[in-house]
Amino acid sequence: MNSVILSTTARLLLPLIVILALFVFNRGHNEPGGGFIGGLLAAIAFTLVEKSAGVEYARKVLYFRPLSIAAFGLGCTLVGGLWGGIKYGYFLKGVWPFITKLADGSKSGLPVGSILLFDFGVFLVVLGGVLGILFTLEEVVASETDLEDS
Amino acid sequence: MAETPDEPTITREAGIWRFIPAVIAALVTLWFTKFISPVANGQYPEYVVTWVESAGVSFAFRLDGLSLAFALLICGIGAMVFLYASAYFRSDRRLLSLQLTLIAFAISMLGLTTADDAVTLFIFWEGTTITSYLLVGFDHEKETSRRAALQALLITGAGGLALFAGLLIMGGIAGTYRISEMNLLGETFKSHEMYTTIFVLVILGCFTKSAQWPFHFWLPGAMAAPTPVSAYLHSATMVKAGVYLMARLMPALGGTDLWVWTLIPFGAFTMILASVWAMRQTDLKLMLAFTTVMGLSMMTMLLGVSTNAAIAAAMTFLLVHAFYKAALFLSVGMIEKGSGSRDYTKVAGLSRALPLTTTVVGLAALSMAGLPPLFGFIGKEMIYEAGLHSHHAAMFVVGAALVANALMVACSGMVAIRPFFFNDQQAPKNNPADPGWGLWLGPVILSGLGLLCGLFPGTIGYTLVEPMVLAVAGEPMEGYLALWHGFGMPLLLSVATFALGALLYFGLDHIREFLFRIEDDVPETERWYDGFLVAMGSIARNGSILVQNGSMTSYLRRTFMVMAILIWVALLSGTWTWPAFALSGELIDWAIFLLITASLSVVLGSSSRLAAITALGGVGAGIAIIFVVYGAVDVAMTQLFVEILVVVFMAIAMVKLPVTGIARFRPRDAAVAAFLGLGVTMSMLMVLGTDIDLSLTDFFVEKSYPEAFGRNIVNVILVDFRGFDTMGETAVICFAAMAAYAVLKAGRKVRK
Repeated sequence: MNSVILSTTARLLLPLIVILALFVFNRGHNEPGGGFIGGLLAAIAFTLVEKSAGVEYARKVLYFRPLSIAAFGLGCTLVGGLWGGIKYGYFLKGVWPFITKLADGSKSGLPVGSILLFDFGVFLVVLGGVLGILFTLEEVVASETDLEDS
Repeated sequence: MAETPDEPTITREAGIWRFIPAVIAALVTLWFTKFISPVANGQYPEYVVTWVESAGVSFAFRLDGLSLAFALLICGIGAMVFLYASAYFRSDRRLLSLQLTLIAFAISMLGLTTADDAVTLFIFWEGTTITSYLLVGFDHEKETSRRAALQALLITGAGGLALFAGLLIMGGIAGTYRISEMNLLGETFKSHEMYTTIFVLVILGCFTKSAQWPFHFWLPGAMAAPTPVSAYLHSATMVKAGVYLMARLMPALGGTDLWVWTLIPFGAFTMILASVWAMRQTDLKLMLAFTTVMGLSMMTMLLGVSTNAAIAAAMTFLLVHAFYKAALFLSVGMIEKGSGSRDYTKVAGLSRALPLTTTVVGLAALSMAGLPPLFGFIGKEMIYEAGLHSHHAAMFVVGAALVANALMVACSGMVAIRPFFFNDQQAPKNNPADPGWGLWLGPVILSGLGLLCGLFPGTIGYTLVEPMVLAVAGEPMEGYLALWHGFGMPLLLSVATFALGALLYFGLDHIREFLFRIEDDVPETERWYDGFLVAMGSIARNGSILVQNGSMTSYLRRTFMVMAILIWVALLSGTWTWPAFALSGELIDWAIFLLITASLSVVLGSSSRLAAITALGGVGAGIAIIFVVYGAVDVAMTQLFVEILVVVFMAIAMVKLPVTGIARFRPRDAAVAAFLGLGVTMSMLMVLGTDIDLSLTDFFVEKSYPEAFGRNIVNVILVDFRGFDTMGETAVICFAAMAAYAVLKAGRKVRK
């Protein structure tokens, strides 16, 4: 696939879709979205780049190796779980450091905490996992096709 | 000194750290000695941590006479073995891994013998099996070591599973997993209808671990392990775990006819078999291995006799055996290090070159032969005494013991006389000499203990043997340990033993010749084991060929067939409830229907694969629109994104899939597809026909915002309420990506 239009569009779209993915990820707690969907969306953005501009370019843009991203994401979910475990003694219990209880019993504050970290881990795992398989598959298939051609 | 990179096992000598394990073990031994006095006075320390409360399983430990004696043996002999190993492997870089594995074994063994909870005990039991596997296979570059290690693992591991089943049934009947409480319920177990099952399962565990016929062959095989390991695991501690468990559970299971008539015949048979084959060996270590099997079966037989005197004899012999056998194993290592071989046809006349080794071996062998004034003599007298007063088959027990003991006398003679006396010096190594202090200290202490306990039997009787007997028999020991019991039948039998033993010793070479000759004609249970392994292998191979034929089409066909059959069985065995069903709908419903059917017809009819896959994506998109229309936006988004990625992946994989060989029209596959598709449709319709329980949904709707600060229930469930599931799934994604990477990349480089 050597379409100049497609590859140029893909490069332009990449940051936009990634930002959209992050937005979908962040709003996921209250509106449709979340780490899993956001991760898929980001993976699709890179898939688009990979299909139009090649694996090498996609790897360069991604900067980190896909499996490292997935592993880091797994670490994030673990830390997100352990956070509650250490603070409250229950593994995966939500910790909300910026939320305070008001006098009338209701709670308010910034909903950022262990759950968001956990969800971000899911985001990274999905992104890294999908791209890890995709890039490898593409490289192996491409290299073998080349061998057969030559 | 120049390094030799070609021999990676030879490196610089290990530093001072190599003594750490020995020192720790010695300190722990000292710590355990402080319990001797309370335990002798009937105070048993306990340590209990609740573990799985709902199942009644706790991490419970209890120190009674039996456990304490074993703990002292494990740590005390452990200290000597660790010291010995640090000298034996001083310039071997594997010393650290050996020491660590030995420590792991020692901890497992200590846990096994002090556990008071059946599940805890089993876990440590398996710990000894696994560490033993690692230790037997220590020379893992040798084929024979690997085979021996696997053999030990499979046999003791299979026995361990049987034991676990037995313990679980016992726990179910007793309503508790605490062994001390089970032991109070002896009558309940013995009259229970499951008693035979429990007995068989538990005894299978004990017999495999303690190498009783027909499972005995793994123990001589395990001599592939290095000398310190054999001395520790395969003589003094691990193989006694089976005997320990029989003794431990004796109050609960022992004394029945089944118990007596299993343990006595199997014990006696193994005992004589092992001591006869011991005569055949010229490798001293292998000979000792067979005498170890004999010692274990002696204890089994005595536990079978079940009288108070027999239990006392078994417990005394257990200590006797631990002292002399560990000393002998370690001394054989000394002979090997000092002279270059441990085959008594290759070494001779070493008494002047290795005076210390000669003394140590002599003392230990005298104890093994049961000569006064050594501890072994007391043990042997007690065995005869117990045999004479057995309620069952007294003459048989005494006769078997007499034959086995006489053979032991002959073996002792071989170990203690052949390599040392009455011949000119002969050794593969030039200038044979006694090895260093690290090697001799342990054997000296152990054989010295054999002498001390023989001279002052009252001390060890009061501190160890009597509490042991109390723990096993449930009543105080009758009689006492003494060197001189007066003239009587036991003494007469001892004299007969020595006479017969001496005769055997002098006829030894003829006996060995004879055994060599008939060896191949004697049925050996090891061949059953080999045959079993071969059969297992061929079943597995044929099964794999049958199931994994390498054709993706056939995998899919079978998977779908199984799914379809399961669904139809569930459908036909249930009651049919049809939902209200009308062929009317909104415009959007018809649009979706059209999109899906049009895409499907392209999938089925297209001659281009790429078109088919893309059309399949269309089907997915149609389903995603259904989700959007009915409010499941999250599911719709996921569905859509996954469809996109699947199309991309399939398109890449397509390049590599074979194009030819599959017909366009395949009635068989069409039938499978219709069968499954109809089944799924029917089950969906039936689901719609039932009332859906919404209490979970209500719970999530109600709690989502107040408890987890999120209004999107789907996401809150994913990351908060069911976060643990999600965590597992993320791990699965990571593993899948790694596996795909490995499968795709690894093989390719090799091919280049």
